[in-house]
Amino acid sequence: MRSRRKEGPEKLTGVAKYIDDFRFQDVLHAVTVRATVPRGRIKQIHFDPSFDWTGVVVATADDIPGENTVLLIERDQPVLARDEVRHVEEPLLVLGHPDRAMAYDASKHVRIDYDPLEPVLDPERSSTVFKSFEIQKGDLEAGFAEADAIVEEEYRVPHQEQAYIETNGIAAWEESDGTLVVLGSMQCPYYVHKALLPIFPRDPGKIRVIQAATGGGFGGKEEYPNIIAAHAALLALKAKRPVKLVYDRHEDMRATTKRHPARIRHRTGVRRDGTLVAQDIDVLMDGGAYITLSPVVLSRGILHASGPYECPNVRIRGRVVATNTPPNGAFRGFGAPQTLFAAELHMEKIAKTLGIDSVALRRKNLFRLGSTTATGQVLRESVGARQTLDRALEKSQYSRRKKAAARWNRVRKNPTWRGVGLATVFHGAGFTGSGEIFLKSRAGVRLTPAGDIVVDAASTEIGQGTTSILAQIVAEALDVPYEWIRVETPDTNQVPNSGPTVASRTCMIVGGLLERSADKIKERLAADGVRWPLTRAALRGKNLSITEEFEKPGEIEWDEETYRGDAYGAYGYATLVAEVEVDKLTYEVTIRDVVTAQDVGRAINPLLVEGQILGGTVQGIGYALLENVVFENGAMANAQFTNYVIPTTLDTPPIRVEIVEEPYSRGPFGAKGVGELPMDVPAPAIVAAIHDATGLFLTALPALPEQIEEAFHDRAPRQR
Amino acid sequence: MIELRVNGRKRRFRGPAFKRLLDVLREDFRLTGTKEGCGEGECGACTVLIDGEPVNACLVPVCQVAGRRVETVEALGTPEGLSPLQKAFLEAGGTQCGICTPGMLVTAWAYLRSGGRDDPDAIRVALSGNLCRCTGYQQIVESVLTAVRRR
Ligand code: FES
Ligand code: FES
Repeated sequence: MRSRRKEGPEKLTGVAKYIDDFRFQDVLHAVTVRATVPRGRIKQIHFDPSFDWTGVVVATADDIPGENTVLLIERDQPVLARDEVRHVEEPLLVLGHPDRAMAYDASKHVRIDYDPLEPVLDPERSSTVFKSFEIQKGDLEAGFAEADAIVEEEYRVPHQEQAYIETNGIAAWEESDGTLVVLGSMQCPYYVHKALLPIFPRDPGKIRVIQAATGGGFGGKEEYPNIIAAHAALLALKAKRPVKLVYDRHEDMRATTKRHPARIRHRTGVRRDGTLVAQDIDVLMDGGAYITLSPVVLSRGILHASGPYECPNVRIRGRVVATNTPPNGAFRGFGAPQTLFAAELHMEKIAKTLGIDSVALRRKNLFRLGSTTATGQVLRESVGARQTLDRALEKSQYSRRKKAAARWNRVRKNPTWRGVGLATVFHGAGFTGSGEIFLKSRAGVRLTPAGDIVVDAASTEIGQGTTSILAQIVAEALDVPYEWIRVETPDTNQVPNSGPTVASRTCMIVGGLLERSADKIKERLAADGVRWPLTRAALRGKNLSITEEFEKPGEIEWDEETYRGDAYGAYGYATLVAEVEVDKLTYEVTIRDVVTAQDVGRAINPLLVEGQILGGTVQGIGYALLENVVFENGAMANAQFTNYVIPTTLDTPPIRVEIVEEPYSRGPFGAKGVGELPMDVPAPAIVAAIHDATGLFLTALPALPEQIEEAFHDRAPRQR
Repeated sequence: MIELRVNGRKRRFRGPAFKRLLDVLREDFRLTGTKEGCGEGECGACTVLIDGEPVNACLVPVCQVAGRRVETVEALGTPEGLSPLQKAFLEAGGTQCGICTPGMLVTAWAYLRSGGRDDPDAIRVALSGNLCRCTGYQQIVESVLTAVRRR
């Protein structure tokens, strides 16, 4: 069903309320004062005596009633630094003024003296390992002994900024009954709730977190709002009035989390015919100053590091280390785009080394039904890898295009080189291993006395279509019109904890709970003698409510200690074919054509699925060609849209999307995750296409003209 | 005091002459449909029409629009009464998170009114000053194309 976006009309008329659109009586506009050095001991904070401080309220670490910690995986990150700073932009205090301009002014009159300490800015030199993992399968040495060739390479991927168009922002106030209310732009209201409790100890029911309309997240509003909420709440409690804390673009880019940069080494043993016999992979990620979600990002990174290929002998080692830069965090794909870039490009390298076709190489090793992954998981169903490859090759007319490009390149006077490249990836849907079991998510469906059907879930709409998809699943299960379903605003006082809106889990996991809830409602109604087609009149006065909790699927076994077993319930698969053109003079890369085929299990709403695929593909194009976070002394130096360039309409070609449907028995109507998969596949395909065009084998992102020029100088260039 | 016409209505602004038009619209006139994404003329989220031309309201001091015609997304339609352009966006998936949407719509509106062609490439050029991080643009281009074809 191509049902229309439920909240679309509000968004299309400017009626939808984002956090900055709310007005509050007596509000203070807050500004965060931040560290200016990457590492140092705080000696003293000065408030410029020549400035008029009347009307300014200041909150520091001393005002925190509970623990000075941002609770996530570890308690290592302070809400406000007190003694020591570990990265530039680390928050030190929050101040507020009724006039926003005055608040900014005041923040410029705070000076901090430090005893500087030597920062660690190179992850290779870090001695603090936040987390390490190892995956083992088969016998690596025996595998290498069997190999006809061993192919080695090192790959690098940079930071990437989420660049949602709405910057982060939160408002906070205390109600007269002592409830601390937090409202704002966020992906995970229950994460914020959990993080606020230790900082502001009180009855959990007296902290209420509500999501406002959210202008994009992509992971960037998964964990960071915990900090902003704490800051806003702290100042609101101190000032005894509402506080609004909205970042400007510069601050948002400099201070908040980004995608983890990584260095990935591959050493692969292959037979002459292309059969993989051994994969030894080493992943190093830069976590930044605090742990945040790094262990999980690393975990996801290594679980995808060997690509969608079967190999009998595998070792994957990964570690994420501390450096003195702002902490890195969640970004669509969550570790997988990093390691899949390396894995897929390495397939190109292997093909090149063996002198065989990279498509044939992939086809030989690609996952199929019954394949065993690196963690020893047997893929029992819903494996659409091959179908995505076939479909993308066919729709793009891959071989014809590749030949045409080669013909074009033979004409010396042509101003460009052309090339065609592809990549195939997989992406686990939902949380890893036992993640869902720990979460014990709950979601439900309710009939109101007035005859409304209401969906209760904490899953947030951040652009991807949650509201519409969840309503569709319930409408379909109850066999009623989509328009009848209302989806409750995520508000921790109103809805059960359906888990965070991350990891491509909403449709599959939360949708699954709702499908079950709706099925039960249907049974009850039928037992009550209600007949279909349902009428609203028949629903009136029913007052039924069903909430379902996640149950561990019986056959899934995962060992967190050894990293063996069923890492995910199911995987999505994608192939992307890109044709590029490289200017011989400027080395600028233009994308001429993109075709992508993606196996999403089942597309509950093809329009929204296409929207996810298109959006993710363009973020991947940005990752591949444009997005370059420049660091200077531990801080982002180009923290503006002027110089941190994301794709515009003119940087993106028309993209052809092919949806492949290999249903997953446990997903609602067969659906698997959709959100992250599209992000994984463009970068390796585009870099492979540049290789095809120029003969240059780039191993790092982004593939800027400067990098291409450098590569030409480094290696024997192809004749112009 | 500065007088201007906003969405067909005469409005008066009393305050600093160099206040950004964006803030005057949002704070003084309570027209929060126009959004801020960057505050430096790069993202287009704040696009409004000044005498029919799309302009970044974050770069315009209010004194510059004295006596002129300003149009914002609020003039296009309401949730119950969407304009044809807004309907096309709804049908073709032109909005996702929605934060770029008012600016996109306003730019597209100018394109439509100026007789913009039924041509995806021309639409891409017209929208090139409006950043969207969600949609990958294609469904936006298709939305505008749909509206152009129905014009
Ligand atoms: S806010 Fe005006 S262009 Fe970005
Ligand atoms: S719809 Fe989210 S930025 Fe365009």
